[in-house]
Amino acid sequence: MHHLLPLLVAVPLLGAALLVATGRHLPRIAAEITGFAVSGGTAALALVLLLNSSPPMVEWVGAWLPVGGESVGIVVYGDGPALGMAALVSLLTLAALAYSWRYFDEPPRSHRGAFTALMLVFQGAMCGFAIAGDLFNAFVFFELMSVTAYALTGYRIDEAKAVQGALTFGVVNSLGAYGMLMGIGLLYARTGELAMAKIGRGLDSAAGHGGGDALVLAAFVLVVTGLLVKAAAVPFHFWLPDAHAVAPTPVCMLLSGVMVELGAYGVWRVYGTVFSGPGGIPAADLTRALVTLGALTAATGAVMCWYQRHIKRLLAYSTVSHTGLFLMALGVLTPEGDDGAALYVLGHAGVKAALFACAGVLLDRYGCLDEHTLHGRARELRATGVMFAVGAVGLAGLPPFGTGLGKAVSEEAVGGPLTVVYVAASAVTAGAVLRVAARVFLGLGPQPEEAGSELETSGSEEEPETRGRLSRIPDTMRTVPAVLLAAALAVGAVPGFGDLVARAVNEAGSGGAHASAGWTAHGVLLGLASTALAVALAGLAVTRPDWTAAPDWAAPLRRLQSGHVGDYVAWLLMGAAVLGALALPGVLGG
Amino acid sequence: MHVLPYLVAAYVFLTGCYGLATSRNLIHAVGCLAVCQSSTYVLLLAVGYRDGGTAPVFSDIKPGSRPVVDPVVQALTLTDIVVGATVTALLLALVLQIAKRHGTVDPDELRELRG
Repeated sequence: MHHLLPLLVAVPLLGAALLVATGRHLPRIAAEITGFAVSGGTAALALVLLLNSSPPMVEWVGAWLPVGGESVGIVVYGDGPALGMAALVSLLTLAALAYSWRYFDEPPRSHRGAFTALMLVFQGAMCGFAIAGDLFNAFVFFELMSVTAYALTGYRIDEAKAVQGALTFGVVNSLGAYGMLMGIGLLYARTGELAMAKIGRGLDSAAGHGGGDALVLAAFVLVVTGLLVKAAAVPFHFWLPDAHAVAPTPVCMLLSGVMVELGAYGVWRVYGTVFSGPGGIPAADLTRALVTLGALTAATGAVMCWYQRHIKRLLAYSTVSHTGLFLMALGVLTPEGDDGAALYVLGHAGVKAALFACAGVLLDRYGCLDEHTLHGRARELRATGVMFAVGAVGLAGLPPFGTGLGKAVSEEAVGGPLTVVYVAASAVTAGAVLRVAARVFLGLGPQPEEAGSELETSGSEEEPETRGRLSRIPDTMRTVPAVLLAAALAVGAVPGFGDLVARAVNEAGSGGAHASAGWTAHGVLLGLASTALAVALAGLAVTRPDWTAAPDWAAPLRRLQSGHVGDYVAWLLMGAAVLGALALPGVLGG
Repeated sequence: MHVLPYLVAAYVFLTGCYGLATSRNLIHAVGCLAVCQSSTYVLLLAVGYRDGGTAPVFSDIKPGSRPVVDPVVQALTLTDIVVGATVTALLLALVLQIAKRHGTVDPDELRELRG
């Protein structure tokens, strides 16, 4: 069974190569069906492997087996979380391909199948990152998925904003990746190993009885900075709204639904296998760093989300906010925190991808993503409006959505005053989405006034991505969000699913400590409370439009998002310094 | 092991970052990103250096007869160069397209996406 692991990467890449080689000779339908078959086949393989992932599988690619404990081969690792991420990536790619069935212009004659091929490369790279067992391959797949994502973000190269967003995305993420590579170089210098588990053991034996030293700290900061740039934690997040606002909708579904979460997954994986031993970074320091950055991310994302009028940017900031919540749950380093983050990521992927899919329908129907201009115009799209509202309450964590279950388990894990951050961040982001639903699909409240602020992107003149403006919504564009929402609901509603996820995650992460993940009265009440708060906030915003005009204290925060790539690079360096400062005390004390 | 190459790597990385942060031209910015990446080559090769070592090519030296530098980091550096070429090419293509659509390559004038 474990010999099949590399196929998770190889199958999509070969499919993409096939499409690039033969795409121009195929009719479009054949190219798309090939894409479905390859992507669906990989998804099926990932699910089969996932069902057999206990005990975890290890595969040395090309039979470069270790000799006497030493190896220079490539190792891939298939445990519950790794294969779970690979399955999520593949299923979401399948959904995005189905959504884009009728979506794009007929591509130019010589590039038929190019979009599908890029999506397959993206899928293969993300699967590869999920199952990579050594750090350098994680870096290579990280870069492969980044490069494909830049290309997909700038796919509509005739649009001025799309290429600008893609360039910002490219520069910031590449810089993060080079930082990560420097960190890997330092780890190799210390241990002479590249496989994650062996680096971890090497660090422990090199440290002896002392703790980690300055080199370990530098390597930790560099590697984690790269991963946090991908995860869009504050202050590394500036690329995300720019990229998500301009990327084609099917790409947004993948970027927001799973690529950003892979950054958080990477932090979890790297800390757990490399830095968690006595020679690494002490747990208290990681908790301090991740919980601080996570809370900051959740708050910043929520505030920025509330004051957006460009619908895709609003959803992008909601992703930033939720990433903060994932990082906090992972940062407490308990089995419950890991379970909560895993369930939250699963639920969030379904809900957020469905919301982006609904936003794409608006874009193609009206050529506009501006909440103010669209006021009341989408009354005829009842089904889309209902799905948008359902997605909003899903974001708020209404039981029994998977997001609600993940949030409830995470809240129990972090405990205490940090629960407030969870309730507030999910209520504010869901309130903003509900406000959009009420204004755009129901036309509630007065028409918002044109403020004409210099500080915002309005999204009133966007180009539709379909051949012309849609007169009726294709079935695929309605079915996909419905299926995604149903899946997000199933994550929380199917009895025993939470425990299943918890068992898989704990087996990989916490050294045998099992926690059960199910609904508790406390969690249900908090989920209901944040949903009620979201509805109240949305009601206030609709009846009193001045509530959504940014107050003076939020203006500096919005000014930071300047659209200038140099500013974002400066913030990245600043963030790395902060991360180092947060993790420093343990190294000094050791 | 001498500490100088590590200091050079850090210096080159930070120089590239400074260039990125203050750049007034996107082509220059992509170049600065390539400078940042060059620092990773320096670091990796410094990690693999052995005093008196020769290139790890065993066609004309007997294995074990004399020290060789670490071939693993050289393979990593080669992979890194390939990755870097891809990224640079793609980013330059995007800059070209930005120049066509916006009529400028000055990041100070590209402020449509904000807030």
